[in-house]
Order: sequence, then C-alpha cells, then structure tokens
Amino acid sequence: MLVFILQRVLNAVMVMLAVALLAFLIFQFAGDPVAQLANEQMSQADRDALRERLGLNDGFVTQYLRFVVNAAQGNFGISYRNGQEVLGLIAARFPATMELVLVATALSLLIGIPLGVLTAIHRGRWFSEALQFTSIIGVSLPSFVVGILLILVFSVILGIMPAFGRGEVVQLGWWSTGLLTPSGRLALVLPAISLSLYQITLIMRLVRAEMMEVMRSDFVKFARARGVPRWRIQYIHALKNCLMPVITMTAMNMGALIAFALITETVFQWPGMGMLFIQAVTFIDIPVMAAYLCIISFIFVALNTIVDITYAVIDPRLRHATR
Amino acid sequence: MSESAILDVRSLRVEFPGRHGTVTALDDISLSIEPGEILGVVGESGAGKSMTGLAVQGLLEPPGYVAGGEVWLAGRRIDQLSDREMEKVRGAEIGAIFQDPLTSLNPLFSVGQQLTETIRLHLDMGRADARRRAIELLKEVGIPAPEVRVDHFPHQFSGGMRQRVVIALALAGQPKLIIADEPTTALDVSIQAQITALLRSLCDDHGTAVMLVTHDMGVIAETADRVAVMYAGRLVEIGLVADVIARPQHPYTVGLMGSIPELGARVPMLAQIDGSMPRLDAIPSGCAFNPRCPHVMARCRTDRPEMIARGTGASACWLNATEDAA
Repeated sequence: MLVFILQRVLNAVMVMLAVALLAFLIFQFAGDPVAQLANEQMSQADRDALRERLGLNDGFVTQYLRFVVNAAQGNFGISYRNGQEVLGLIAARFPATMELVLVATALSLLIGIPLGVLTAIHRGRWFSEALQFTSIIGVSLPSFVVGILLILVFSVILGIMPAFGRGEVVQLGWWSTGLLTPSGRLALVLPAISLSLYQITLIMRLVRAEMMEVMRSDFVKFARARGVPRWRIQYIHALKNCLMPVITMTAMNMGALIAFALITETVFQWPGMGMLFIQAVTFIDIPVMAAYLCIISFIFVALNTIVDITYAVIDPRLRHATR
Repeated sequence: MSESAILDVRSLRVEFPGRHGTVTALDDISLSIEPGEILGVVGESGAGKSMTGLAVQGLLEPPGYVAGGEVWLAGRRIDQLSDREMEKVRGAEIGAIFQDPLTSLNPLFSVGQQLTETIRLHLDMGRADARRRAIELLKEVGIPAPEVRVDHFPHQFSGGMRQRVVIALALAGQPKLIIADEPTTALDVSIQAQITALLRSLCDDHGTAVMLVTHDMGVIAETADRVAVMYAGRLVEIGLVADVIARPQHPYTVGLMGSIPELGARVPMLAQIDGSMPRLDAIPSGCAFNPRCPHVMARCRTDRPEMIARGTGASACWLNATEDAA
C-alpha cells in the first residue's frame, strides 16, 4: 500500500514538473520582461544590470529550476498589474472558489446518486422517465444560461435571493468563509445550484447506467438466492460496485469545476479565482496567469492522486495487486 | 408423491409471455426430493434444468412466471408467496450454489462479511457469534486456515476455493434444500471431484436435500441418488441413477447415455443423437422428441405421452406403454 501511494505521488510530481515547464514557457514567449519592467529613462547599463539581477542571463535549465523551486515555495513573483504578490492575490480569492466548488460537488453527489439509483430501480415508471428526460435538458443547458435564469427567477422576479457577490464573510486565518453567516450561505445557493446542475444530471445518468449493469451481474442474483432483501442488494451490494466511476468522475470534474467556475463566477460576480484570471487575461498579467495555471493543475493532479488512492481503499483487488 | 419429501414439485408450468405469443419454458414438471437425497437434473442446454431450480426459488426473470402447478417445501406451499416472503425462504430454507464461483461473490466484500450477512439475515445471531459461525462454515467446506481466510476477499481465493466459499454461503442459513446449478462446470476436472465429494458428504452429514443441476452425466453418476432427465422443458425420465444408466427407458436417455465416453472402452465413434432440441416456441405436437427418435411411431406425433411408472422409475414414452399393454 505504501509503495502504491509513493508511486502515485511520484507520478504526480512528474506531471507537475511538466506543467511548471509550460507555465515557465509562457514567460519565455511573452516577450522580454525587462522591456516591460524598465521605464523609458533607463540606460542600457541599467537594463543589463536588471537583466543580470533577475537571472535572465542564466541558462534555460537554471532559470527553469529557479522557477520550479520558487513556485514550490509559493513564490510566483509579482503581478504586473498592481504590483502585489501573486500568491497573496490568489490566496485571497481561492476560498471563495473552493467553497463554491465544494458545495456544488456535495450537492451533485447528494442529489445525483439517489436519483440515479431510483431511476435505475424504477426503470419504466413515469417519474423515472420524467427524470431521464429532464436530465437531458440539464446536460445540454450551458451553465451561464442556468445562472442567468436563476437570477431572473429568484432575484429579479421573486426577489428572495441575492443576485451577486458573496454576502458577509468571516475570516478564519487566511481563509475567508461565507458559510458562517446567513447572508453568505444565502449568496452561495444560486451559484452552487447553477454550477452543480450539470454535475447532478451527469452523476445521475452515470449511476443509473452502472446500477443497471451491476443489477444484472451474477453476484446480485446470488445475493438474491442467499435471501438478501432487495433494498440491501440495491443500496449496499450494487451501489458500492457503482461508486468507482462516480468517484473518478466527481474528482476529475472538481478540477473542471474549479476551472469552469469562472463562467459562473462572472455571471454571479463571485469574487473567486476565475474572476481574477479573467482580469489577468485582459491585462496580460503573465505571473498571475502562470500561477493560476500551476495552482489549477496542482489541484487536478492532487485530486487524481487522491482518487487513485481511494480506488485502492474501495476495491480490495487493487489494494493487493501492488503488494 | 411421498409425505416426507423436502421438495415436492407438482405439474409445474412456467411461461414467458412474449411479442410472438407465450412460450412454455417448463411443462408439467413433477419431481420430489427426500431429506439427504441428491436428485440430479440433467439435460441439454435450454432443456429447462436451471429454470426448474430458479422457479423453485422464486427467482424467475420477468416476464417469466409460474403459470401452473405447485411447489411444496417441507409441507408448505411456496410458489404463491410474495417476493418479500420468499426472501425469508431463500437462504434460510433453500440454499443456492451457482455455476461460476468467480462471479457469484461480491468482489468488494470479504467472504466473512458476506457469510455473516447471510447468517445474520436468517439466524438470530450477534456479530461475534455470526463470525464464529462463518469460520466454522469455512472450516467445514475444507478451507485451510479459516480464521485468516475469513477476512480475505473473493479475488484472493482460487476458483475451487471460491466455490467452497459459495457452498459455505449456501449452508449459512442451515437450509433443508440446496439447489446447485452446474456447481462444477466452471472448475478444473480435478477440483470437480473434490466439490462433488464435498456436496455428497455435507448432504450425508446434515440430511440436506440437493437438487444437482448439470449437463454432465458423469457428475450425476458419481454424486446423485436419483436422476431426472429433461428435454425441451419437459421431464422425460426419472429414476435411480444406477437403473437409469444401466437400463434407460426413454430413447432420449438411451441416446444421452450412448454419448458418454467410457474410459478404457474402445469405441470407434461415440454415439450421437441426430438433430437438435427444438426451440421452445416450436415444440412438435405429441412427444417433443419424436423428430429425432429412432423408434418413432404414428402415435408419438399426435399424442403426448404421460410419465409412466416402471420399475424404480418412470418415463414419458409410448414405447413403454405399449409394452405394458402387451
């Protein structure tokens, strides 16, 4: 098991080094940083001194390694736009995005899994078919449309939900949370629903397909022959066998959610990383973009690694295969 | 049928309604099994052997259903019970063994978890007692180091060992009847003998009745007390194994026996029955076997023969009726 975890972590490190290379290359292709930092009055000697001080005369590999070492310590340099530490900028925005994504993921699991099981068990009944049909709409509606519709109905027409922002937040160390105040929780509802709708339908359809497959398997028939009650077969024996793909998809999609939250964040004016990134793109703020790339990739890779390890926890066959 | 029988199936009929009309999958099946007895049920694929077992357990796949006849288990009629009531019968009174031990066990639960689950569903036992019982069961079916193995997962067992676990699961609720559907078909020949010997000894020790469904006449000959031969969803012959093998009454049984290779015997070519079993939606009138029967008579094509008792057994063939009449 330990060897297995080590292998996974090593893999993850390799991937991150590759990502760091890409992020580093953005700097290389985005022109001469000295030209951007220097002002009109600087002499050529000053420019050379600056170049030397920034280490730009060093070899490619040395510069890359320096970037990796700095990035690993959280040092992504200074934003071109407002001169603040990039890491500080991102850290200030990260909790907003993370809370949104976590709540959306929890929603999609809590609603998607039971719906999937229900539609699989009661296949052919009217409510099951109705859910199936609705889920097609859920899959095909783009999330900004959902967001705008939600705002229209609940904020503009009904006026019971805030249309934008995070509400009041409470600082817990460097983490700002909206979960502890009523207005913060209320502000989270619409963005979380609009972000999770697609996930809910996806998980529901995945669980449904997996359940129908598993319910046909021999061990389910044998469990029936052993006298195991139907609900126990469905919710314990069959569902556990459906969870692997659900976990994979949830984790993969969490990365995607963080990245794509920028659409929802824009619609709801949610002060998260997505908004920061959009601003960075408009200002060609390369350190912020590079840091965003590295951090999003890190979350992706970390989630994947956790998924791999979770597999081994759920499925004993994988656990022992590596011994 | 005798009063002491554990399982008494009377004129069982199973139908599958379909788009092109109703198919009769089992037609007028009557058989009984005494305590401690092993009844072999033999026939070609699709003859209805497995279907008979599933019908008794109430596990027919919809749209199949019991359209007629009765199933009595230890003096209680069970073919009309609801699915919820049958959940209490399955496992507790009827144990089951499936063909493929590789797929019968849930891969994500340890064998101990699956055993204690079955035990606690059917017997009033606490967690610790159930675990102790699980270890006993594993020991009884011949799994070495059961105290350790109880916490292992199915994939850590070989095929033969897994089938032993399946047998332990079948025994877990202390059933009076075990329905074993091709329990040795998926196993190596050397393991087959061990499994059939195990079944035999468990049957003798506990007085458990066994319905042994197989297409392998060799397994029947070694293990069963009596044998029922099925063809196209019907019973064609039933009797003591030794008698049926030595003196088969029905021409189909004769053909079946002729197709078994005998060790040491020099036979230029094994006998085979020409043609194939009819599809269930195209069973000829009269005797279902008549198109392939070497002794076919005019009567066989029009009238369906009843089971006619003769000696220790019975068979459904007009040949025997005419002999009786003569």
